[in-house]
Amino acid sequence: MSQIMHKKVARRSKIFTTDHRSIGINYLLLSLVAVAIGTILSLFMRIHIIAPGWKIPFWGVVPPEGYLALVTMHGTLMVFFVLTTAPVSGFGSLILPTQIGARRMAFPLLNALSFWLTTLSLAVLLAAFFVIGGAPISGWTNYPPLSAIAAAGPGQAAGMDLWLVSIGVFCLASILGAVNQLTTIIAKRCQGMMLMRMPLTVWSWLVTAILILFAFSILLAAVVLLFSDRHLATSFFIPSGEVINGLAIDPHANGSPMLWLHLFWFFGHPEVYIAILPAMGLTSSLLANFTRKPVFGYRFMVTTTLLIGFFGLLVWGHHMFVSGMNPYAGTAFALTTMAIAIPSSGKVLGWLAMLWRGRDSRVHPLPTPMLFTLGFLSFFIAGGLTGPILAQPVLDAYLHNTYFVVAHFHLIMAMAGVFSLFAAVYYWFPLLTGRLMNERLGKWHFWLSLIGAYGTFFPMHFAGLAGLPRHYAQLTGSTSTLASFLPLQTGITHTAFLLAGAQLLFLINLFWSAHRGQSAGNNPWLATTLEWAAPAEGCIVRRGPYEYGFHRNLPDFIPQCAEDPEQE
Amino acid sequence: MTDHIWWMPPNGALHGAAIDHLMWWNLTALTTLFLLAHIFLIAALFRTRKSGNDLSQLRWKFLPLAGLTLLYAWMAISAQKLWATIRFQGAAPNALQVEITGEQFQWYFRYPGADATFGLTRPELINAPAGNPLGVDRTDEHSADDIISSILILPAGHEVDLGIRSIDVIHGFFIPGMRVKQNAVPGMEMHIHFTPDTPGDYPILCSQVCGSGHARMQTHLQVVSENEYEIWLKKHAPEHLGATK
Repeated sequence: MSQIMHKKVARRSKIFTTDHRSIGINYLLLSLVAVAIGTILSLFMRIHIIAPGWKIPFWGVVPPEGYLALVTMHGTLMVFFVLTTAPVSGFGSLILPTQIGARRMAFPLLNALSFWLTTLSLAVLLAAFFVIGGAPISGWTNYPPLSAIAAAGPGQAAGMDLWLVSIGVFCLASILGAVNQLTTIIAKRCQGMMLMRMPLTVWSWLVTAILILFAFSILLAAVVLLFSDRHLATSFFIPSGEVINGLAIDPHANGSPMLWLHLFWFFGHPEVYIAILPAMGLTSSLLANFTRKPVFGYRFMVTTTLLIGFFGLLVWGHHMFVSGMNPYAGTAFALTTMAIAIPSSGKVLGWLAMLWRGRDSRVHPLPTPMLFTLGFLSFFIAGGLTGPILAQPVLDAYLHNTYFVVAHFHLIMAMAGVFSLFAAVYYWFPLLTGRLMNERLGKWHFWLSLIGAYGTFFPMHFAGLAGLPRHYAQLTGSTSTLASFLPLQTGITHTAFLLAGAQLLFLINLFWSAHRGQSAGNNPWLATTLEWAAPAEGCIVRRGPYEYGFHRNLPDFIPQCAEDPEQE
Repeated sequence: MTDHIWWMPPNGALHGAAIDHLMWWNLTALTTLFLLAHIFLIAALFRTRKSGNDLSQLRWKFLPLAGLTLLYAWMAISAQKLWATIRFQGAAPNALQVEITGEQFQWYFRYPGADATFGLTRPELINAPAGNPLGVDRTDEHSADDIISSILILPAGHEVDLGIRSIDVIHGFFIPGMRVKQNAVPGMEMHIHFTPDTPGDYPILCSQVCGSGHARMQTHLQVVSENEYEIWLKKHAPEHLGATK
């Protein structure tokens, strides 16, 4: 009896904790819930596109607005609660402090507060499904006036309010988290951890935190303004003469929906980099570890990370080439967008050059984290190369809001981001459990996911080139051409199920390995960075983060905090 | 250069050929890079530590990067020239005028009629059940000969100046076959211009999510000969005009 009590207390203390490790794990579990729900929603969407008459259990036939609600909630869950929460807050809390030799975050209590605010935000968002009218239908970008006026559609009343409250709270949590991470990186590094000795993951979290301060502050302001348009009769985003459903909306001073677009995308584009920068840092680190060679051009990687962060703040207008923005502004944003392709390409070339040095199969064959890192690289290349096409206003004017864009961002943001998250979980799992994840299951998980992901998102390029717009609940209508996409869409739906089904292997692997996995020892990947090797007290860093392969005789690596080896 | 990119609908507009040409080069260049990168990636996995050059010299990183930079610069410049041609200047003064209004979930096309001037519209007059979905002010003398249609009819070979508006939410006016897309934003009137040159029937879609009926907000563009266009105009001229003649 007392043992059970003890267990319960222990579990509670892990939930209501200020320990960065437990908070990190809690964040990751929250993301796991969000990604599971988001995936199920996407499967409902995929079924609805090819079989509109299918009844979802406990919900029934999906009406057109139901499809749009699925789209909106899928996007919101995935972008905010998975691709932001997991790499930035989750691994940022779990790994960041130990990688710089800090025993805790700068503000542990604030870290806990951020987590609870994020949880509250998720609960409020999901509640939107259960209010009258259901979840909002205006997509995760929620352009007004559709999002500003309750009469504009089902879900735009209480559902939209909940969305705004949820995202407002999420912004607050993210800003507090960013302040915490920034302070931790600046002030809590252990002795000897100079900036240019920080692992590239830490550089990524540093730039990410700065981007969050800019981007989420603006989104918070935008959300507050939209909320006040809805309830306080202001008109930041609603123009005069607005008529919806034949009803004139109370006279408004002349606001402009364009203001929302600018504010939203000023957040929205840096957000993409917030999601993907930690993945870039991890990729550099893991490629160094698995090829047993230093990162190729550490300074170059740091510089490109900073450049991507900087340019990331200057490219938001490329989402707005045909939105009504001045065409001259389109030119300016096209040029900044092309410019950001250069540091991004530089990173890819750096990674390819690291790979070209050859694997050291004596140490590692191709373990699962390495496979997922290669998967990240493949998706980053596949999705990245369509970036320059979409950066050209004259081509984007055709492809904007078609499936081509859906293919682009699912490859470069969603699949690249998620594959990097899998790499992170497989790589850092021993830190949490003392066990390695099962390799055989991991390899099946990787190959099925890779095939599923390419099978799902690559064909969408063709639908986009054919002119099929996003957000279409049905492939019928007065123009007959859309129905010809049915075979393509059917294929996509089937591979989407393969992709989702493969994730069951991951879940099984998580639970099985946590209890029965092979014992990992202290440093299973023979890694140099501090999370594997730091002494409990008084860590002193004596060298850079990637000292691999200098000695032909094993061990071929020197941890950052190791005493200097004897002079030879 | 092919005259038709795989999957893309046939182009029917004067400016479309140049866009398709650019699209084709872009897709070819980037698909090649995609394949090269993946061949390189897979080949690298089969290398062992001792085989040959390890590319650790700086030039192996900066040479390809310089090449890619040149490619991106070429893309930016060539696309920019075309964008400037199409969008930086307004339509010719003699271009045909058509006003397009998006409304949940319908497109309306208004032709100014013989006086070449649109009648005034007032939001407070909007009343679709009473036959006035655009809020045309009937007391304005210019509105008498305006033609309102639910499909877009254009004569081939004649430049058209589209004034695009919305009365409720943001819509996306998209004619894939004309390589034309422009959002319709309430409170603003956007102008784009182009010349349809191949007669035929082209779908018009809504490309910006606008509410529950977004997917069915579709209509047609019919590009016809000058002659057929004149006949259509006469046939659709408001009846009371015919009566006063």
